[in-house]
Amino acid sequence: MDTFLQQIINGLTLGSIYALVALGYTMVYGILGLINFAHGEVVMIGALTALAVIKPLAGAGLPGPLALLAGAAVAILVCMALGFAIERVAYRPLRHAPRLAPLITAIGVSMVLQQLAMIIWGRNYHSFPALLPATPRELGGAQITDLQIMIVVVAILMMAGLALLVNRTRLGRAMRATAENPEIAGLMGVDANHIIALTFVIGSALAAVAGVMVSANYGIAHYNMGFILGLKAFTAAVLGGIGNLAGAMFGGILLGLIEALGAGYIGDLTGGFLGSDYQDVFAFFVLIVVLIFRPSGLMGEKVSERA
Amino acid sequence: MSSPGVPLLEVLNLEVSYGGIAALKGISFAVEEGEMVALIGANGAGKTSTLKALARLLPARGSIRFRGEELAALPSHALIGRGLALVPEGRGVFARLSVAENLSMGAYSRSDPAGIVADLERVHELLPRLYERRRQLAGTLSGGEQQMLALGRALMGRPKLLLLDEPSMGLAPLMVHQVFETIRAVAATGVTVLLVEQNARLALETASRGYVMESGRIILADSAALLLADPRVREAYLGE
Ligand SMILES: Nc1ncnc2c1ncn2[C@@H]1O[C@H](COP(=O)(O)OP(=O)(O)OP(=O)(O)O)[C@@H](O)[C@H]1O
Ligand SMILES: [Mg+2]
Repeated sequence: MDTFLQQIINGLTLGSIYALVALGYTMVYGILGLINFAHGEVVMIGALTALAVIKPLAGAGLPGPLALLAGAAVAILVCMALGFAIERVAYRPLRHAPRLAPLITAIGVSMVLQQLAMIIWGRNYHSFPALLPATPRELGGAQITDLQIMIVVVAILMMAGLALLVNRTRLGRAMRATAENPEIAGLMGVDANHIIALTFVIGSALAAVAGVMVSANYGIAHYNMGFILGLKAFTAAVLGGIGNLAGAMFGGILLGLIEALGAGYIGDLTGGFLGSDYQDVFAFFVLIVVLIFRPSGLMGEKVSERA
Repeated sequence: MSSPGVPLLEVLNLEVSYGGIAALKGISFAVEEGEMVALIGANGAGKTSTLKALARLLPARGSIRFRGEELAALPSHALIGRGLALVPEGRGVFARLSVAENLSMGAYSRSDPAGIVADLERVHELLPRLYERRRQLAGTLSGGEQQMLALGRALMGRPKLLLLDEPSMGLAPLMVHQVFETIRAVAATGVTVLLVEQNARLALETASRGYVMESGRIILADSAALLLADPRVREAYLGE
């Protein structure tokens, strides 16, 4: 088996998921300058909601792909509503408060969502059924599953859609203008509250999809899966240059690849001293190195002060 | 559309304070439809605060009646749809948007595609530089070009009243001349202009009437010609 190619495939899969979640962090940061630390929990709610829909549907004999689609659709709607609510309840009242205040609220929201999920779904790990054909395909000495192909393709489509929205539409223009200067955008007639709400809703929809992907990929979902995933995706966003959409996509994929390759080779590299369970260390190690040399991230421009 | 005798803009007892310190101490003034009015005064007199209050960017007390409607209760983003546009101090172009995108942001509140296209052509005619640079990021324009862009962008909203804050700021004399030519051309199309300027002579030579501000109050109001001749103005603001 070709380990290198295999780890590239695994890394792209994982990286696609990180990228989708990282986009949510970076969009909110771009427009509000705040880190929505509750974002990881939205991913978790997405995963568990999808599972709640999928289990009975699959149990009733609905074909796997259809059940997956239905689960994802419901998860997207629930997460969009959740993202909207988080902004309204936790961040909007603090729009003009000192920076630290919304950060604390974010942590609070995060804890509330985790507890809520624990009450609804319990502390157990839930197994996520295999909904797509499990037999992997051969690819140049490595293996790739239908699920992996689907994850990468869907992620690419969603990112392309987002890029089109942001760069090519009137709404996207208003989003970029608001991110740059909400006051002036307001003078043009843009209601910043709408744009901000929309940003949360879009980010949450991406998070829902990522949640379904990650639990389908690992076959598992649980109430605290959002924390470490959120942290990794946040890392990816910072790696790419927080506030920069292309940076989040790039940072996500890069982080996925680094982790997968790290996990694949760490044993060899350390003479068996460290196992693949140290893969998480790689992510943060790379982050530290990048931030030392490029404090604004790989693709983050040094934005000049406004005139 | 406005009934005779009612000014386009009527401001009564406008007050603004920053953290308890009064910047506007109850000013009142009016702008008639079709005229260009200058608001002059030294640094810190309260000119920018006045325009920001009009554009609802600052909490203010007092009354702002525009085309018969009280603006004081409206959010900032509702103003352009009512015909009020501000070109802020320092221009405020979207540096990371292209010139063309900045101009379409100016028309954000409109929903008449044909009218927008026609106005874009008009703006390009008035400011040919913007057409040449349409694909360039606004942040890479020169200061003068950015001022032109800010002006063109405001015109894309088809304003009835244009508030201009220091359009000459930081520009070379030749550029100042060009910018003011453009402002005259805009005013000639029937757009009412309230012009804030440090360059008092230029402002009073361009406008038909003027108000002089000092420490948050309006201390003089007259026709531009009479203000230019007023010894107090000559001494304090025209450097004579
Ligand atoms: N954000 C602010 N916080 C505190 N004080 C402010 C603020 N903005 C303006 N001021 C004060 O309010 C007063 C009026 O300021 P304003 O900017 O309106 O003056 P201006 O006439 O536009 O001056 P300039 O010609 O320098 O632009 C000044 O004393 C200024 O220091
Ligand atoms: Mg000023």
